[in-house]
Order: sequence, then structure tokens, then C-alpha cells
Amino acid sequence: MIGISESVMQFLLALTVVGPLIGAVAALLPAPPGLKGKSPDQAVLRHGVFVTGVILLGALILALAFDHDQPSKMQATTDISWIPALDVRIHLGIDGISLPLLVLTALLTFLCALYSFFKPPTGPSPKAFVALLLVLESGTLASFAVLDLLLFFLAFEMVLIPMYFLIARWGGEQRTRAAWKFILYTLLGSVVMLLGLLLIGLRSGTFDMVALATDNGLGLSTSVQVIAVLAIGIGLAVKTPMWPLHSWLPDAHTAAPTVGSVLLAGVLLKMGTYGFVRIALPIAPDGMREFAPYLAALAVVGIIYGSLACLALARQGAKGDLKRLIAYSSVGHMGFVLLGIATMSPTGVNGALFANIAHGLITGLLFFLVGALKDRTGTTDLDALARESGAALYGRAPRLGGLLAFGAVASLGLPGLAGFWGEMLALFGAFEPADGLSRPAFLTFMAIAALGTLLTAAYLLIVVRRVCMGPMPQAGAEPAPEALPDVRGYEFAAWSPLVALTVLAGLWPAALLGLTDPAVQKLLTGGKS
Amino acid sequence: MTVAAESAASLVQSVDWLAIAPPTIAAVAGLVVLVADLFLGDARKALLGWISVAGLAAAALALLPLLDEDRSTFCLTGGGTHACSYTADRFTLVIQLLVLGGALLAALLSLSTLKDSAKELPAGEYWFLLLSSAAGAALLPASRDLATLIVALEVASLPAFALVGLRYGDKRSSEAALKFFLSSVTATAVSLMGVSFVYAATGTLHLTEIAAELDDVDGQLHTLAQTGVALTLVGFAFKVAAVPFHFWVPDTYVGAPLPVAAYLSVVGKAVGFTGLILVTVVAFPSYADVWGPALAVLAALTMTAGNVAALRQRTTRAYSAVRLLAWSSVGQAGYLLVPIAAAGYADEPADAERAVGSTVAYALMYAAVNLGAFAVAALVGRTQRMNRVSDYRGLYARSPLAALVLGFFLLCLAGLPPGIIGLFAKVTVFSAAVDAGLGWLAVVMAVNVVIALFYYLQWTALLFRAPEGEPVRHRVPAPLTAAIALTAVLGVALSGAPQLVLRFADTGLF
Repeated sequence: MIGISESVMQFLLALTVVGPLIGAVAALLPAPPGLKGKSPDQAVLRHGVFVTGVILLGALILALAFDHDQPSKMQATTDISWIPALDVRIHLGIDGISLPLLVLTALLTFLCALYSFFKPPTGPSPKAFVALLLVLESGTLASFAVLDLLLFFLAFEMVLIPMYFLIARWGGEQRTRAAWKFILYTLLGSVVMLLGLLLIGLRSGTFDMVALATDNGLGLSTSVQVIAVLAIGIGLAVKTPMWPLHSWLPDAHTAAPTVGSVLLAGVLLKMGTYGFVRIALPIAPDGMREFAPYLAALAVVGIIYGSLACLALARQGAKGDLKRLIAYSSVGHMGFVLLGIATMSPTGVNGALFANIAHGLITGLLFFLVGALKDRTGTTDLDALARESGAALYGRAPRLGGLLAFGAVASLGLPGLAGFWGEMLALFGAFEPADGLSRPAFLTFMAIAALGTLLTAAYLLIVVRRVCMGPMPQAGAEPAPEALPDVRGYEFAAWSPLVALTVLAGLWPAALLGLTDPAVQKLLTGGKS
Repeated sequence: MTVAAESAASLVQSVDWLAIAPPTIAAVAGLVVLVADLFLGDARKALLGWISVAGLAAAALALLPLLDEDRSTFCLTGGGTHACSYTADRFTLVIQLLVLGGALLAALLSLSTLKDSAKELPAGEYWFLLLSSAAGAALLPASRDLATLIVALEVASLPAFALVGLRYGDKRSSEAALKFFLSSVTATAVSLMGVSFVYAATGTLHLTEIAAELDDVDGQLHTLAQTGVALTLVGFAFKVAAVPFHFWVPDTYVGAPLPVAAYLSVVGKAVGFTGLILVTVVAFPSYADVWGPALAVLAALTMTAGNVAALRQRTTRAYSAVRLLAWSSVGQAGYLLVPIAAAGYADEPADAERAVGSTVAYALMYAAVNLGAFAVAALVGRTQRMNRVSDYRGLYARSPLAALVLGFFLLCLAGLPPGIIGLFAKVTVFSAAVDAGLGWLAVVMAVNVVIALFYYLQWTALLFRAPEGEPVRHRVPAPLTAAIALTAVLGVALSGAPQLVLRFADTGLF
């Protein structure tokens, strides 16, 4: 939309990837004179806001300068040899698939930094917190921007250590266990993924994703593709997470600090599905076709399992934890994303990418809200919150209650909000999967997944009823209701972008689909288009 | 050796002194230290250490003039063959750099250990033994006949036994030395028997000649040759601490002075796998179907045994930090064996050399970061005599830089960012295995990487926990600081430019 020369674009993309790393190092150093702020803690948190703000600005300029007429073309590409021995190249670039994820990551990290500035995390010094947050951002942005298989693996691994420490140091109860579970699951998956990536790279002679995607699997025999997709799929499925490899997720979310949960759900999970779209689909289509029905079946099981688990947690007397509930709902939502990918059709994959972004926005918002609720009431236990008759958030903190209800209905896929389009398109894709995939099977999956949307609506409405509704506590009632401050200014600042984008994506899906569709078409057909 | 070489030179051949300079300088420095020890008073014993450090540095610098071309000396003349006993090719130079650099860092660590130990460690003997062992280790990669190889192996090992048991009046130390000695000597004896079998079957000791002769061994001698090949490997497998020859490692490392443990973990290993590479890839390529699978199984067992044992270490046990490093070095030895095993499955000699190059690249990474980890352990050991892993709790509060550096080293060993060089070194090893079609070994290694991550990260996490009690700051001796800084700079530089070591995984070394 705005004309910027290619070399400036290259620089901006490199800056968004490397900038947070430099910021992380700077965060560990003492603040220079003049920037000391009120206290060292405040100074370093402000530094975090500044760095993530610059990165967000860079990402936004990139999005504006991106040639929207050719979203299937890789833009702002840099291609430098780094390790010739392993044929690893620093190959960066963005197209219509990665650009929205890049902006989403930059946005969510900025909002998290902003939120932490006003509400510092409880735990040890915020210095390390900011540094880890920035390393996490760099790793996530890198995994969406790199176009080299081994570099992708490096970026994929880069987020592990920061996330581990964020959970283990600033988390809630059972944080050590949850952090271990997170890192061991993910690492086991990603090491297996490395084997698959190496297999592809060694058999085809290049690790370059663009070249491999253009080949569309021509240089790889079907058996190699099958093994590679199995290995890579396991790694990505752990990250996504796909049922039955999801069990690290609820624990990690429950224990993580608010900011950690937001980033984990908002962007880290997307690395898994992005990998499926960017690597498995175009590079090893034959192998993917072999596994697509199984992937779809597991995705559908995940949808049903996630919603049933949520229903069980939302029940009265189940002592359900709200954070855990949203985590399980993520398993369900990511199931839709996986189902869309498994159809291997443009409609399904577009739906998956849309649902990806929508889930990032909505679940990010929900985790923020639940975190705020926990700060005010000290608990996320649904029974403790709602007691017998409901927490009456509408009455006690109307704006907070309204936002929570908004997040819940967005999450259940109300038409007109972001959550609707992705899931609908994924179901559409399953109605007519790609050639070579069994249509009856996918019709069955579609029907079951549609049932899943009903269950999703059910538990989210129960949550809304129990948390937002209920009789206003009378003055002087026993036990005395604690004061519940309504949404504060900084909270509005951190949340309103998410609300606005959720509405925008719901009302104007073409903005996003116009970006992804050409790129998806090209990925699915490879060099043949 | 020098005397023999001289007399031989006057008769039939000239010696290329430049080529043999690196091990010779180390050996001469050792002799100088031994003699100087007699004339130096107690107050000036520290000078010996600096002579040794200078000697090792000079030996490492002597590698520079050799870079431009391959050199050979002590060659057979006449008979139409051209086999040499000493060759300084790229492989030799890289390993000599590793060995001499490793010895240099161990020497830097020793400087402060000797100063702290007061009278427990005799300085003159200590430096002489260290330099002799380093000279043997530097000779080994250059040897191209089985006799020189075994001699170099023993020159590298015998002083090491003494170094382990050198501490006066320390029962643990002498017990460790005895354990080390007995198991090592048994392995060498077996190895020698293998060499004699191979000699009987082929009639030569030169590695390249053996390779040629083994192809057409008399049918009756076939079994003899096969047995010889297998037995020869045993001695080297012991040096790399491969299963089932790994039991000596933890006790020896704990019993030895810490710098000696660091030396053994890097230089001792380098000696073992260099010998293995020379014997397997250069001498016995035609028996690849025997040693390839054998090494693959050995690699899988070694890494699993090492990592599982490291995982089971209790952090509060005495000396658990050194024990953990010892077991982890067994696990790392398993990774080092993987590419050598993969070389056995290669179709072309060039592929085998590339696979071996992965081992070399990994070893270089491992040497830098493992010595770094030992250096920080030595630092902590100065104040916490028991050197338990739990003593590292809150190290960040006491000395932030040491904690950050140790965390970096441990993550390099684990192979996770920010230890990028560790990650890519593992990637080369994985790719050697995948390229050779050793999928099962790659999967075993993948599981091991996860197991190893658990204990490395546990230790790393401990560094940043809140300390118990008030942090006390200590002055750090300069040589120790230099060693830590040197390894840290190496690790960070390699993480930025992994090509520096990984290029060995891409080109022929011999």
C-alpha cells in the first residue's frame, strides 16, 4: 500500500527478527544514565515496552509496504549463506501466509509488555523477565520469517528455554512440574522433527523451503515423504497440540503467568500449524496425503475431547480452573485448524490459517481477562468464583463482565466475529477434501466436528452464565463480597486492539483471506501454477 | 623417539622436523620442566607452570607453518611402496589443535589448583606428566602405523594414571588411579593381541598397507584377521569410555584433581576416538560390515548408559557436579561414536571421510564447552569443597558472569539455543546418521538428547534460583578467569559462526 524499496523491507524484516535479541541483551545490562526511570525494575519494564513497540512498528510498516497484489510472492527476502557445511542459509522472507502471523506475534508481545509495565509479574526481578520475553519474541518471529528448514528448527527450539523459565520462575502452583512437562514434550517432538527435516534435506539436496515447495515433492520418493511427514508431523503435532499429544498444554497454561499463557496460546501454538502448512503440505504432499485422514481423525477427536473436557470443568462442583478450561478449549480450536489442514484443499487450508489468527486474538484476550480476574479475586477456580449462584460480574464489574462475555461468544464462533470464519471454512474444506482423499471419511469428520461446535457453545455459555450472571450480592451478606474494580485504563489499552481486530476480522474476512488464498493456492500446486 | 629418529636419519632418511614439531615441543618442554624442578626453590615452583603453559602454546603455534600442505616423514623407502609412519594432514592438524588446546586449558586450570593445594600435589612431577601425556596425545593423530599408534596411546595414558593418583595421602585418589590403570592395561593388552593378529594376517603394520592387504587375505587367515580387527578396536573403545568399558570414568574423575578430570574428559576422549577413526576408516575399511554395526550398537549403548546414569545422580551427593560431568561425558562419547559408525555404512570413501568430519566437528565443540564447564566447576570448587550440584544454587547472585557462562556451556552440551554451536554440532551428527541410513540410531540419539536435556537444564535452572544465605564474593585467580573467558569466547564465537568447526564435516580430512 505504501511504496518502500526492497532493501528497506529486507532491513525491516531482519530488524524484527534480530531486534528483540539485541533488546534482550540490553535488558540485562544496567540502564544508561537518563533512562533510569523511577526504579531499575520500572526502567527495564519500560525498555521492554519500547523494544516490542519498535518491533511492532516495524512489523506494521512491513505489512503496509507488503505488495498486496502479489501475496503469493516471497517479499523482503534476504538470502545469505551462513553455514555452508550444512547448507544452512539465512533465508528470510514473508508472504501472505506468514505476514499475518508475524504481525499477530509482534502485536501480542507488545500488548504483553505493556500489560506487564503496569502490572509487573509476581516473582523474581523483572530484568530477566523482560529479557526472556524478548528472546521468546525473537524466536517466534524468526520461525515465521525463515525459509530454511534448519533455521526453522533453530527458531522452533529457541522459544523453549525462555518459555521454560517464564513458567518455572513466574508461574503459579505446580509450575516446576508444568514447565518440565512443557519442555520435555516439545523437545522430544522437535528432535524427531529434526530427523524428518534432515531426511528431506539430505534426500533432496537442499534445505531451502522455497525451492523445496516449488518442487512440490517431485525429488522425493513416496516412502521418504511418508517417513518425513510422520517425523515432522509428530514434532509439529506436539506443539499444536494435537490429541493425544496435548497433555502438556493444560498444565503449562494453568501454571504459566498471564503473559506466558497469552503468548503460549496466542503465538507459540501457531508455530506447529504454520509448520504443517509451510513444510508438510508443499514439500511432502504425497506423504501428507497418506496421513491426512489420520490427522483429520485425531483433529476431530481433539475437538470433541477438548469440548467434553471443558464441559466437565464448567460443571458446578467440578472445581474447574478457568485457565485450564481455556487451555482445553484451545485443544478443540486447534483441532479445527488441523482439520482444515488435513483436507489439503485451498478452502480448508485458508480456513485453518484464518482460525489460527482468530484463535490467537480471542484466546489471547480470554487469558488476559482471566488473568485480570485472578488478580482481583485471587482465584481462577470456577466454583470458588461463582459460588452457588454465579459471580455476577455484569453487576459488580460490568465492563470486565462484558468483555468476558464478548471473548466467550467470539470463541464459540458467533457469526460476525473472527472465530466464525475459520471454523466454517475448515468444515467447508472437509465437505470437499482434495482429490485422492476419501470424501465419506471427511464428511463423517465434518459432521462430528460440527457437533463439536455445539458442545463448544454449550460450555462457553455455561461459563458466561456462571461467571458473568447471578444475583448481585447484598450489602452485609455473608461472606462479604470483595470489592471488584472494573477495567482499568492500561487494561483497556492492552485489550482493545484484540477486541477491535476480532470484530474487524469477523466483519471483513476478505482482508485476511485475500492475503492467504493466493499463497495457499501456490503452496498446494507448487511450481505447477 | 627423537634419538631413534636421528640415527635413522643419518642412515636412510631425513626427518621433517617441522612436521613433527608439535608433539616434540611438548615433549621437550616436559623434560625442561623435569630438570628445572631440580634447580628451583619451593618459592619459585610457580614458574614451572608458566613454562608448561608456554610450551603447550608454542606447540600449538607450531601447527601454523604446517597448514599449507600435507607433510609426511618416517617413510618406508624402497620396495615400491610409499607408506609413512608420521603424516601431518588436515586430520592430524585439527586433532593436534584440539589436543594441545585442551591441554593448554587444563594447564591453565592446574595453575590455580596447584597453588591452592599447597603441598598435596608435587608441581614438578605434575607438569612433567601432563606435558608427556599431551605429547603422546599429539603424536597419536599423526601416527600411520599400528606400532606408533599403540606407543602414542601408551605415552598418552601412562602419565595419566600417575596424574590421577598423584595426590599425597589421598585414598580416593590412589584407588581411582588403580582402577583406571587396571582396566586400561587390560584393554591395551587385548588391543596389542589384536594388532599381532592383524600383523600375522597381513604382514604389515602401516595402516594404508593393511587396508590394501586385508582385501585379499588368505581364506584360512580370514578368521584371524577378523578377530584381530575386533580386538584392536577394544583398546580404543576403552579410551573413549564406550560401554562396557565406562565404569572407570566417574570414580576416576572424582578421585583425580579437577584439572586432570577435565583433561581426561577432553584429551583422553580425543585420543580414543582418533585412534578409532584411524584404525577403522584408514586401516580396516574393507571390514566396515564388521565394525560399522558394532560401533553403532556401541554408540547407542554408550549414550544411553551415560545419560541414564547422569539422570540418576542425586544433586546433594558429594562431588555430584564432577560425577554428573563424568557421566555426561560418557553420553557425549556415544554421540561422538555415531558418525564413525555411520562411516562404516558409507558407499564412497569420500562419504566416510565426511562422516568422520562430523565427529571431529562435534569433538571440537565438545572440547571447548566441556572444558569451560570444568573451569567453572573448578571455580565453584574453590569455595565449596564438596562440589555438589546443589552448591550451584544461586550462583547467579554470587557471580553472575560465571553463572551465565556455565548456563551457556550446559545448554551447548544439551544442544539447545542459545547454545547454537551445540545444536548444529548435534545436527551434523544426526545428519551423518540419517545419511548413512541409520534411522534407528538417530531415534535412539533423539531420545538421549531429551534425557540429557533434563539434567543439563535442571542444573542450569539451579544456577538462577534464589541463593541460600548471603552471597560471599571471592577473588578469582587470573589463570582460572583466563580459562573461563577463553572457552566462553570460543563458544560464543562458534555459535555466531558455526562454519568454523562445521566445515570439517563437509570436506575430506585425510
